[in-house]
Amino acid sequence: MKLKFSNIIQVLGFMILRLCMICVLLILVVIFYDIITKGIGVVSWEFITKPPVDGMTKGGIYPAIIGTFFITMITAILSVPLGMGCAIFLNEYARDNGLTRFIRMSIRNLSGVPSIVYGLFGVALFVEGCHFGTSILAAGCTLGLMTLPLTITASEEALKTVPRAYREGSLALGATKWQSIWTNVLPYAVPGMLTGTILGLSRAAGETAPILFTGAAFFLPDVPNSVFSQFMALPYHLYIMSTQHHNISLVRPIAYGTALVLIILIFAMNSIAIITRYHLRKKGIAHG
Amino acid sequence: MNRRIKEKIIEGFFFLNGIIVILILAGIFILLLKNSIPAFREVSLQHFLSRPIWNPDAYEQPMYGLLPMLVSSFMVTLGSLIVAVPLGIGTAAYLSDVASPRVREIAKPVVEILAGIPSVVIGFLGIVLLGPFISKMTGTYNGLNALNGSILLAVMALPTVISLSEDALTSVPRSYEEASLALGANKWQTVIRVKIPAAASGVLAACMLGMGRAIGETMTVLMATGNAAAFPTSFLGSVKTMTATIAIELGEVAYYTTHFHMLFAVGLILFIITFIINLISDIIFHKHTRMR
Amino acid sequence: MGKNIRMKAEGVNFFYGKNQVLKNITLEIHDHAVTAIIGPSGCGKSTFIRLLNRMNELVLNTNLEGDILFDGESIVGDQMDPVELRRKVGMVFQKPNPFPKSIFDNIAYGLQVNGVKDKDLIEKKVIESIKKAALWEEVKNRLHDSALGLSGGQQQRLCIARCLAIEPEVILFDEPCASLDPISTHKVEELILELKKDYTIVIVTHNMQQAARVSDYTGFFYMGEMVEFDKTEVIFTRPRDKRTEDYITGRFG
Repeated sequence: MKLKFSNIIQVLGFMILRLCMICVLLILVVIFYDIITKGIGVVSWEFITKPPVDGMTKGGIYPAIIGTFFITMITAILSVPLGMGCAIFLNEYARDNGLTRFIRMSIRNLSGVPSIVYGLFGVALFVEGCHFGTSILAAGCTLGLMTLPLTITASEEALKTVPRAYREGSLALGATKWQSIWTNVLPYAVPGMLTGTILGLSRAAGETAPILFTGAAFFLPDVPNSVFSQFMALPYHLYIMSTQHHNISLVRPIAYGTALVLIILIFAMNSIAIITRYHLRKKGIAHG
Repeated sequence: MNRRIKEKIIEGFFFLNGIIVILILAGIFILLLKNSIPAFREVSLQHFLSRPIWNPDAYEQPMYGLLPMLVSSFMVTLGSLIVAVPLGIGTAAYLSDVASPRVREIAKPVVEILAGIPSVVIGFLGIVLLGPFISKMTGTYNGLNALNGSILLAVMALPTVISLSEDALTSVPRSYEEASLALGANKWQTVIRVKIPAAASGVLAACMLGMGRAIGETMTVLMATGNAAAFPTSFLGSVKTMTATIAIELGEVAYYTTHFHMLFAVGLILFIITFIINLISDIIFHKHTRMR
Repeated sequence: MGKNIRMKAEGVNFFYGKNQVLKNITLEIHDHAVTAIIGPSGCGKSTFIRLLNRMNELVLNTNLEGDILFDGESIVGDQMDPVELRRKVGMVFQKPNPFPKSIFDNIAYGLQVNGVKDKDLIEKKVIESIKKAALWEEVKNRLHDSALGLSGGQQQRLCIARCLAIEPEVILFDEPCASLDPISTHKVEELILELKKDYTIVIVTHNMQQAARVSDYTGFFYMGEMVEFDKTEVIFTRPRDKRTEDYITGRFG
């Protein structure tokens, strides 16, 4: 009798756990269903190639797409080399001492710093301190620092997949440490580093809080012409179209369209990264 | 000898590269502090920490009380944890112990995709989807309140809680599970009485990190909680968190005024809170991994 | 067989963190001879051989006491550049570790990192090394195929060829046959006997028959100590220490 009772509990328990999973799945389905069904009718070639017109009640979101592209570029230029360098230090050079542990702790803490705090930091350091003003450069740098922990972690993961035997093999042949890293570690790690980095950049492309005060603009008639220009950006555009516009219900379709374009962009970036990662794993260079 | 110098230079270069993260972390702290201090020339620290009103635009005497937004922040965070923790741990337990490998293959990307949705999109759905729903269910005006914010934050925190809890659960040694099953316990009893307790510190660290994410999240709460500056009274009332306050007011304020510096002070408090939360979860997590 | 001593360990103690893995090792390595180091797994023999070309520096938190000499010169301090040392003291690893490059490029790699730029010279040396490693017949038509396509035994001989190409004076073999089948093992052993003419060789092995077959001198390591060191025939016929006798007669290990 008791045995049977505990089995009923088990069935019920597992059902609850399954419900949790289904719930999470459902959240995702609802998010995508709503945005896709209501956004798909708005998105057209016009929508992604034309600027907003008539007080942003009509037209497209072209400048916002371009702006997001530009700041993501700046983000990459800052965060990719720094992140790779830091990962090379941690994985290849660093000894297991207090300083290294402190660096690792700093990275974990940086990844937990709220994005709005990065925004404040960006205002203090780049907009005011470096006199970049509110610009693509200031916003890109702010996002660059924000993505740095992700880039470092991803790059280090990639370095870790290169077998130790490659390093030992080349050192035993009289290669210097740097020769061994440059010729026999990095060539096999860089593809993995880049994939991980794209994931980080996709996070940056969707961020709003850090760019609120570092350069994002409500509306600009033209695309930016220098790194010191202000810019429109997709996530910021979605924010103003859903909360700040003078006629919110009228521009709701545009907001949905913007949201759809934004998530398509981000998932395109993610898919590229995931597919490359899959192919890299299948090729299996890293498991010799 | 020449070669050795070259190698030293290269190593030095990467060393500097490694140090940069420390400089950034220190830089954030120092710049926040430096920009906060001028605020306290006009307003006392005691005023900032104890007054229950935040009203920088008051005509007679501006009020810079941190409490309303601090309470608001903790309120929505708490609300989000009430949703995200059981749901997250349940999902993690399902993935690690119940799901077939094929279901796991499908579910893992789902969690990753959820993590990839920008917060502004979640906030947008709070306005257009969840808000009207809450409004209809509770009869409140537009459904932009602490409850809405809490649910959205839970969605934001879920991926963190799920994936880290699952890591903790799957890293419980197989021998524990086998020992329990060999004693005649069924799978459910094993999960509840052996695996989850054994993974407790890892799961706790996951929840702490989720909490850190929630308390620092800006766009969702900014868009979905209504942002009334009053002292929060209930989950159905509108609240204005620390993050939302900075996001709204820094755009309007004149630079280098007391109000401007006050917003940096709020940022500093936020930084310190998340720093402590991260540190605690770090310590728990390391204790957890050292146990093996 | 030369009587000269090429390398010498003097009272070497070695620690991983607080854990002492080598205790007061004193050992001489003779020129143009094969010195085998045998012992049960975990006795410190691999750790020891890796000290001879400073490969242990890749492992963190280690500490070395005592001295190791190469041609009378200390190799443990700062005055010795480990890169310089490794060019003279080559190493073949337990698991074949070809790089994911072509057979040709694997061997050319060592020359390139050592600053050889002349293409003709590289080609000449690559072919020479492959021939010396008794691999030529098997790979001469596929020099530009990936080295990862070779069998385990071929990979290991490729790694030997790679090592020979940079013309070291001493070659360290760290259990070179541990992951090979008997036929490949036989080939590698023949090769070692051949190489003895031109090089000084140290080989770590847990296979006593192998030590008996290829070596001139044998040291028996047990729990971080060197129990006994002598000519191989002496160790295998008239061991002085009870532990050595127990090991070679198969009573433990």
